[in-house]
Amino acid sequence: MADIQAERLGATQLAENFADVHRPFDHGGAVVEANRCYFCYDAPCINACPTGIDIPGFIRAIATGNVNGAAMTILKENILGGSCARVCPTEILCQGDCVRNGPGDRAVEIGLLQRHATDYLSAIGQHPFERAPDSGKSVAVVGAGPAGLACAHALARNGHDVTIFEGQPKPGGLNEYGIAAYKLPNDYAQGEVAFITAIGGIEIRYDLALGRDISLAQLRLDYDAVFLGLGQGGVRNLGVPGADLAGVDNAVDYISKLRQAKDLGALSVGATIVVIGGGNTAIDIAVQTKRLGAEDVTLVYRRGPEQMSATDHEQDFAQTNGVRIKHWLRPVRLEGDGNVTAAVFAGVRLEGDGLVDTGVEQNIPCDMVFKAVGQAFVPLTDDSPAVSGGRIDADDMGQTSLSDVWAGGDCVAGEDLTVQAVQDGKVAAGAIHKFLVGS
Amino acid sequence: MADLRSNFAGITSPNPFWLASAPPTDKAYNVERAFKAGWGGVVWKTLGEDPPIVNTTSRYGAVSLNGQRIAGFNNIELITDRPLDVNLQEIKQIKRDWPDRAVLVSLMVPCEEAPWRKILAAVEDTGADGMELNFGCPHGMSERGMGSAVGQVPEYVEMVTRWCKSMTQMPVFVKLTPNVTNILAPARAARLGGADAVSLINTINSIVSVDLDIMAPTPTVDGKGSHGGYCGPAVKPIALHLVAEIARDPECAGMGISGIGGIETWRDAAEFISLGADNVQVCTGVMHYGFKIVDDMIDGLNNWMDSKEHGEVVDFHRAAIPNLVAWQDLNINHELVARIDQDKCIKCGLCYVACEDTAHQAISITGKGTDRRFGTIDAECVGCNLCAHVCPVEDCITMEAVDNGKPYLNWAQDPRNPNSAAAE
Repeated sequence: MADIQAERLGATQLAENFADVHRPFDHGGAVVEANRCYFCYDAPCINACPTGIDIPGFIRAIATGNVNGAAMTILKENILGGSCARVCPTEILCQGDCVRNGPGDRAVEIGLLQRHATDYLSAIGQHPFERAPDSGKSVAVVGAGPAGLACAHALARNGHDVTIFEGQPKPGGLNEYGIAAYKLPNDYAQGEVAFITAIGGIEIRYDLALGRDISLAQLRLDYDAVFLGLGQGGVRNLGVPGADLAGVDNAVDYISKLRQAKDLGALSVGATIVVIGGGNTAIDIAVQTKRLGAEDVTLVYRRGPEQMSATDHEQDFAQTNGVRIKHWLRPVRLEGDGNVTAAVFAGVRLEGDGLVDTGVEQNIPCDMVFKAVGQAFVPLTDDSPAVSGGRIDADDMGQTSLSDVWAGGDCVAGEDLTVQAVQDGKVAAGAIHKFLVGS
Repeated sequence: MADLRSNFAGITSPNPFWLASAPPTDKAYNVERAFKAGWGGVVWKTLGEDPPIVNTTSRYGAVSLNGQRIAGFNNIELITDRPLDVNLQEIKQIKRDWPDRAVLVSLMVPCEEAPWRKILAAVEDTGADGMELNFGCPHGMSERGMGSAVGQVPEYVEMVTRWCKSMTQMPVFVKLTPNVTNILAPARAARLGGADAVSLINTINSIVSVDLDIMAPTPTVDGKGSHGGYCGPAVKPIALHLVAEIARDPECAGMGISGIGGIETWRDAAEFISLGADNVQVCTGVMHYGFKIVDDMIDGLNNWMDSKEHGEVVDFHRAAIPNLVAWQDLNINHELVARIDQDKCIKCGLCYVACEDTAHQAISITGKGTDRRFGTIDAECVGCNLCAHVCPVEDCITMEAVDNGKPYLNWAQDPRNPNSAAAE
């Protein structure tokens, strides 16, 4: 009998478990940390940020008490600087290239400083950018995730009218539906969308999915240009027997449910959990189920720690949360009668570039299995721009094979990072602006 | 273990670390705590005539630098605000309870013989070891014709010192103000007046900051500010220079020096002593961290002295004086070039941009991003040290002597000097 139940923990404990995972700086703490920045020449951290924020510049502004100026330095390159400060894997981006990573030292806390500055500005409650006079042009943006929002804001600044078509009932994309709850608590994503759209000239229409409710062909007729920020709507399959058993779920679906839950205690979670995958989604589902009250959570990955796409920092985070991580195990089948009762893995080892079975099997009893083996772009069936490698083809400026259609974010090739999506949206907006003004 | 005992102007103390005349030495309670903590002596906070003065709130301002609190400190406090008798009773008791510690009393009364005669007799009665004339306080009291108002007029310094020497058997220290053009004028005046020692520096005239919201200097008293006296680590270089000027002045020879100004560590103390101070006095350091800092001052100085095989403090007293020379006596043929240790370099580029923007374009940059490499261009390097100072990594950039085979040559001898002997 599977042990799956709601209310494993009381409301107080749940509130604590899903509260902000990072303690923000107070002003004094921010100044002390800001003064740790060496103000490097041609600073490596800037090059490591996909949006190219002048990091030493904004940190110096915090140190001098020009916190509003610091926020503007961030937001002019990255209008989602607030959520990026919370969700970026800074350890492999800006902070990873900080010159203070040497022995006995530690990188400047760039993410927390960025959060300090953007929080300061959002507490003022005024949108800091002004729109250019109405250009008379209109652009359709598909997807109200980070790429679409960044694109829409940059276009709106240039005086264009933007309509965002969002397939979900709420905006924010992964910030609303996908990121672990304790990274963006207190409805942060909705607050940020309100901040972005406060510039004016941006309308968001909900529950309208491309290919289901609207077509690209029609958008191209109705608008002067189109930006596709579609994200990755699909999940990869495990491809093993038993994946259809009850108690087996996609990690992204459960996280989405968790993010939208008004009462976390109402979510049913197993006593014993197996998570299959090696990325940040696998970490997020493992830690969040643990924090919902699961007693025993095992994350199983078919290769070693170095090959996991979850960063070292994320792996450590999972382990300090009590998640057990097992490596070099390939899923073979899920067992059960109605509900899953065990996940069976084959031991593997690396030979050349490939994995070969060691002949040892491991059977991990469980009440729930979460699949986190990657998301995938779902291609459009009609009127699609050219696709290669399972993603929309886009050039450096985000332009697709269609002359009036641009794309960015997780639906194009490149790093699947919020901050990269913002950069894609920003770059495409620049190209679209040129296209609109030039035509 | 080195011997830290000090005998200065006939006053003995177990170590050369005294607390300066200031809030930490205002009353028996504090001094008791200081002696328990291990301080060698105190100069009691300045006594004046009754009725006592009245202080304002607030009284202190500070400069924080890059997160370091109290890099510089400023006050608008006056002399003791307690009745003379209370102070005298406490001094007497303290000296009785702590006979091995030095207890000096700072004094400030109007520039007339009678008040000095009166207060000196009262201080002598306490059994205190000596007195310090407060000719340094630059705010409040100076407006009443005392403190630095006296210290800035060498004739007054000499006159009052002479009075005091004639009125008392106690050693007379004269505390000097740095708010003068040439420190030697009041120092020589003190010497002529017969002072046993000078104590310096007192605080420097300062406005520590402006509150831009209310447009008033800080510390702010009901919307207004007043200039104050600046001290703390930021003033140490100024103090070192002034101490050294007196120490190497032949006309001041034989007069002791109590070094004051930003001293917080044994290293600071050792530097002052090497430039001629017989002992040191501390204030801001203990106001920032409490009396406990003396532990490391004692231990650190001991360990350093052992490592240098100095048995007593006098062994390195004035040791740096022979190497303090006029600019024109420096060897113009000495040549240095910067060397960057590539293993230590963290590639921050601060040396590059400093040299490129503000110096001699003597640092090269090759490669990109985290793989970039900084090197020196010897032909352009003038050995100025700027890169070594901006480099955040210890010993990453060092200055290497170039063996150019040239002999010692000073500016007076240099043929490039139109006034040199060689040019003629």
